[in-house]
Amino acid sequence: MTHLSRRALLATGAALVVHFSLDAPARADGPGLPGALADLPQLGGWVRIDASGTITVFTGKAELGQGIRTALTQIAAEQLDVAPSDIHLVTADTARTANEGYTSGSLSMKNSGTAVLHATAEMRALLLQAAASKLGVAVGGLKTEGGFVVAPDGRRLSYGELAQSVPADVKATGQVAVKDPATHRIMGRKLARLDIPAKVTGGAAFVHDMRLPGMLHARLVRPPVYGATLISADIDAVARMPGVAKVVRDGSYLAVIAGRQWQAIQAMRALATSCKWSDGRKLPEQAGIFDLLRGLPAQDTVILDRSAPIPDGAKRLSAQYRRPFKLHGSIGPSCAVGWMQDDQLTVWTHTQGVFPDRAAIADLLKMAPAKVRLIHVEGSGCYGHNGADDAAADAAILARAMPGTPIRVQWMREQEHTWEPYTPAMVTEVSAALDSQGRVVDWQYGVWSNTHSTRPGGGPGAGGGLMPSWHMAQPMTPPPSKPIPQPEGGGDRNGIPLYVFPNARVTSHFIPQEPLRVSAQRGLGAYANVFSIESFMDELAHAAGADPVAFRLAHLQDSRAAAVIQRAAAAFDWAGWKPQPHRGRGFAFARYKNLAAYLAIAVEIAVEPESGAVRLIRAEAAIDSGEAVNIDGIMNQTQGGIVQSCSWTLLEALAYGPSGIESHDWRTYPILRFAAVPESVRVQVVNRPGEPFLGTGEAAAGPTAAALANAVMDATGKRLRELPLSASRVKAAMAS
Amino acid sequence: MVTLNVNGRTHALDIDPATPLLYALRDELELNAAKYGCGLGQCGACTVIIDGQAAYSCVLPVSALEGRKIRTVEGLGDVAKPAAIQQAFIDEQAAQCGYCSAGMIMRAQALLEFNRNPSDADIRAQMQTNLCRCGTHMRILAAVKRAAAMMRGEQVKETAL
Repeated sequence: MTHLSRRALLATGAALVVHFSLDAPARADGPGLPGALADLPQLGGWVRIDASGTITVFTGKAELGQGIRTALTQIAAEQLDVAPSDIHLVTADTARTANEGYTSGSLSMKNSGTAVLHATAEMRALLLQAAASKLGVAVGGLKTEGGFVVAPDGRRLSYGELAQSVPADVKATGQVAVKDPATHRIMGRKLARLDIPAKVTGGAAFVHDMRLPGMLHARLVRPPVYGATLISADIDAVARMPGVAKVVRDGSYLAVIAGRQWQAIQAMRALATSCKWSDGRKLPEQAGIFDLLRGLPAQDTVILDRSAPIPDGAKRLSAQYRRPFKLHGSIGPSCAVGWMQDDQLTVWTHTQGVFPDRAAIADLLKMAPAKVRLIHVEGSGCYGHNGADDAAADAAILARAMPGTPIRVQWMREQEHTWEPYTPAMVTEVSAALDSQGRVVDWQYGVWSNTHSTRPGGGPGAGGGLMPSWHMAQPMTPPPSKPIPQPEGGGDRNGIPLYVFPNARVTSHFIPQEPLRVSAQRGLGAYANVFSIESFMDELAHAAGADPVAFRLAHLQDSRAAAVIQRAAAAFDWAGWKPQPHRGRGFAFARYKNLAAYLAIAVEIAVEPESGAVRLIRAEAAIDSGEAVNIDGIMNQTQGGIVQSCSWTLLEALAYGPSGIESHDWRTYPILRFAAVPESVRVQVVNRPGEPFLGTGEAAAGPTAAALANAVMDATGKRLRELPLSASRVKAAMAS
Repeated sequence: MVTLNVNGRTHALDIDPATPLLYALRDELELNAAKYGCGLGQCGACTVIIDGQAAYSCVLPVSALEGRKIRTVEGLGDVAKPAAIQQAFIDEQAAQCGYCSAGMIMRAQALLEFNRNPSDADIRAQMQTNLCRCGTHMRILAAVKRAAAMMRGEQVKETAL
């Protein structure tokens, strides 16, 4: 049996003794405590040491390929003075870990990392106190090493022995100092990712790799378009196909369950061929989408309003920027395993939020949440709300349809492409004025967007947040879309520039009506807003006759912002750049959400004049994520963010038309391939030991997009304001 | 009955001869490395080596593979004794989510067995068929170069760590 399935079985069978609620945020208990300790102040919710000395650390966050498992392990090992290999880390599981909501927003280090940091530091302090009283010595003379507390006279007590005197429900005080960063041996260093060896040797690393005893395989038949309902299907014929154990129909919800994957796929195809569907919802024409969005009713919120007199004679510039619908495009289609045992349902899933997804699944199935357990197991990288939650719901529905049998369900490629929630198309409009010294004296900005989160959550009707529920005999509907408020923001994330302008007004135009299914993608609205703001800053710098880097620095008052800008510019040799034909350079900067990581990037591109194809040649970035825990993890995430954004920015737009989604595979939705990836992508990590963790994952997306657009302008003299910066668009601009 | 030779061992499988190799590997032989990505030969997550050539296991029926030598990541090495290409992926930390890694490794291995001294252009051309969505391309390219040097018996530079 594989490692995963053994672990899964143990997890299902073992009764868990928890002396406090993991699910009910207890803010009343923990105000003022650091990070997620405010929601779960009991130390035992974060770190436990058993009699044998085994150290288990718990996080409600999930490993998504961003390396959080490794970084959290480093933090715990550092604070407890043990080796990383001594830490056993348990991630998101509704029966074992804190409810930390979704693993999103680059918040895992800030929330969970901070909680683990302080919880493990407090645990070490309690172990020291216990040892001091047992040994009759002062705490001050004791030290910790390798899982022992050691007295000045050499007497040693193991953590396992000492931990027995630490009550499981002892609460954090917030009064224990964490280790001085100057003494760090594990944090702030590079540590090899703990999950990579299994992933490169064929180990069971993903939910896709789970094999439970007697497990069957399911495949789904989805409606051809949103809103289509099933008129008829030849269920009996499909039920007689080889290996088919069951055909499930619940209204317009259709699935096949078979012994082998290939049998399930063949049955799925036969079932799909037999189906007759009603006409569904007509989708809008792709070509007119931005005018459509601008014309839809919007709820307006002014999110920045600062006024000062505007001098006479100021030079005014205006622009509109556009960003299309895009896919998450996970390489592995969504997958989950469900198992109904008596009245208890377990779902293994790559959801980003086991607790909110459980709430929605329990609502959908009309089960008590306590009878539903969700366990996170890694999936293919998601970059936001893809099919993961819905696949977990599929597994739950199908496991209930075949009680006692584990059911593994996996979506097909075209299902992931055509049913995932897309990142919304957006429009921004900006107008700004420059005084005679070339300073921005007025900034007026508006952003039009749908919501950036339709993630399932709790409350009555929560099941409607799961797409499979829409197709069932008693269909549910999605809860009304809501904007994500500032300061994090949704469509207006990073809508407020970090630059200091004396006169500025920023309006968020939230559009409730959604032309396509939409939700969260890496960076939410920040990608489009930073693209817009940082493109326009270059337009203003150009109008002012200023160097783009100097122009940005002149409008910033934040020294950490200036530091990353200077580092990136120096690494690129911005000052020494020599123009060459068909080459261009571009610069951009943002502080993610205006409250997380700072990132600046300089890029060099080449434009192929015959085709208009843009290629990123090299990128030099600098990032300040606060205190750095795993330096290489930050570099890897940031390099990935740059390359992914390069793909989004140069190539990607969802294709659709009145009859449905037309991007259904990698041919109809091309993404970056090796021949077109850069020659070099370098990242400098500006470490800030002792400063709060700021997170990393989403910082690079927006600045990369703007730097590319600015480089296209530099290379061609043409300003492109609509994404993607595709070859055809660049070629047309060059010809105009 | 279909007979498959996988990683040097012969397996007699009682399955539909039209079954794509990917599902025989995953369901019958319980091998994890080759992944379902698209089922269309567009992404390379399912890449294995057949008679020395990289191939998409998701589109090749097992009936066409009798007598052919099929190799997967599991046949290269394991955690305790990784092959050069696997060690190079670890040394360069050439993964984020890692879902594409096994396919990348087999695609690269097929090149390196044929050409121990590939140019950057050779490596990019070989890897062109395989998609990575996390943007780990730069590290994957570095890992393939590193593995080539290791397979030539050269001293390799320090790791990414």
